[in-house]
Amino acid sequence: MAYVVPRPNLTWKEKIYLPSIVAGLAITIKHLKRMLKGETKVVMQYPEEKWDAHMPEHYRGAPTLVKDEHDRERCVACQLCEFICPPRAITITPEEIPAESKFAKVEKRPKEFEIDMIRCIYCGLCEEVCPEQAIFLRKDYAITGTTRAEMKHDKAKLYELGGVMKGLVHKWNPKK
Amino acid sequence: MDYLYSTDFLFLVGTSLAKTIFLIFLVVLPMVSYTVYAERRVSALIQDRVGPNRTGFPLSLIGGKDWSPFLGGLGQPIADAVKFLLKEDFVPAHVNKFYFWIAPTLSMMPAIVTLAVIPFGSTILGVPMVVANINVGVLFMFAISSVSVYGIVLAGWSSNSKYPFLGGIRSTSQMISYELGMGLSAVPVLLIAGSTSLPQIVEYQIHNGWMMLPYSNGHLGWGKTLLWIPIIISFVTFTISMFAETNRLPFDLPESETELVAGYHTEYSSMKFALFFLGEYTAMIAGSALIVVLYLGGYHVPGIPNGDAQGGIPILRHVPGLIWGIVNITAFFAKVAALLFVFIWVRWTLPRFRYDQLMKLGWLYIFEIALVNIFLTAGILACTH
Repeated sequence: MAYVVPRPNLTWKEKIYLPSIVAGLAITIKHLKRMLKGETKVVMQYPEEKWDAHMPEHYRGAPTLVKDEHDRERCVACQLCEFICPPRAITITPEEIPAESKFAKVEKRPKEFEIDMIRCIYCGLCEEVCPEQAIFLRKDYAITGTTRAEMKHDKAKLYELGGVMKGLVHKWNPKK
Repeated sequence: MDYLYSTDFLFLVGTSLAKTIFLIFLVVLPMVSYTVYAERRVSALIQDRVGPNRTGFPLSLIGGKDWSPFLGGLGQPIADAVKFLLKEDFVPAHVNKFYFWIAPTLSMMPAIVTLAVIPFGSTILGVPMVVANINVGVLFMFAISSVSVYGIVLAGWSSNSKYPFLGGIRSTSQMISYELGMGLSAVPVLLIAGSTSLPQIVEYQIHNGWMMLPYSNGHLGWGKTLLWIPIIISFVTFTISMFAETNRLPFDLPESETELVAGYHTEYSSMKFALFFLGEYTAMIAGSALIVVLYLGGYHVPGIPNGDAQGGIPILRHVPGLIWGIVNITAFFAKVAALLFVFIWVRWTLPRFRYDQLMKLGWLYIFEIALVNIFLTAGILACTH
């Protein structure tokens, strides 16, 4: 059944349409003024301004290797992270620490430690699994490169990003 | 024949060429590109965005410390031009090649040609600042600007595709409807000024006050106040028709991108598309210039002398006329720029008309109001003179 849509009865002001145009222009110029005065919140200008200061403590950025306060590599090349890594981004070549070294009793260290940042999914399992707490997910998120080779972080790069982590490793902590 | 070899003729040709080059290449075309930029920035500001604020010159190329967005987006028009020139100029196989090629130029050229009769300044070193001082300037403007509809119609038709075709049809009917309203709206001004020559209309406004500011010459008068009413009506209808003529929102039905993809220039790419784009903005500038000349006193600013250091406040006449000539040109383009801002402001405020509303507005309101307004003006003129 057909039904009649009730049309609103327009007032004289609404019919000539000009007052609403003026009202619209007033609204847009108000927005323009507020933008010019800087009262409107706008997007962040990314490379110059960053959100880094507001990043949470648990942020999972690029995985990195750390040294302890005696400048010893914490990693003992147990390869647990290599085995647990879901996308298989980590490749470790272990080597024996030479006898004349100060840290000879640690026995092993990585000769090569590569993380392919194209593969890495930032899941944090490597950090979780590491018994020596040698690998940490830091807050670097803008990992860029122009070649695939550049996107493969080698040992030097990983230590550069990781820096030094002080304090005892959890497993040597006194029993609670 | 003797005239062709006379110094007078050479002087005329030389100054006309100089004026044309100055007007087109040094003022209008840069103004067009920066109007596009202004459109993007103003629209962004109105919509609480930032807009293009980065394209500039990377200082790091010349040994700057770091990448800093010097110019803050002012390089955008140059980047756009380079992009348009480098893009592939694709011509679909199904188009009518001849008209497809001729259409973009036909939309750009009329807009530029209309600028020939605009008096954009008083005089510089005794040379009047209008390329062609003809006594039917207003008619010339209307005649040539209506040619630009051919560009759009041919583009729509030769594209051999349904959306451009619809855009072309809409454009034809819209432009024809609003041309009537526009022509009739301007008649009251011609009646009052008693001339169709644009420089003479400006002269009239210098002596008797601007059309829209009748007391700007410092004299009050009952006749002027009465005439103000039809002039305001005429100004409003003329401006509305000008929006429709230049295909600007709320009258952008020929290209309404939400309905017709891009309307008449859907099939165009690269520099051919850019010509349509530039043609639209050049037409906007020409239209604003015409409004400035007819209603806002042209190059005149109250109190400022003209290029021969005459008129204005007496003490300012001691400064050489050349400076005032340049001030007059600046004043003219400042007024045009202000009007262009209004064009942009309106575009980002109003939604598009429905097609029947557009036709109704053109034929039932603008046309009739303009017609009645002519009689109103004539009546007031007959009573007060």
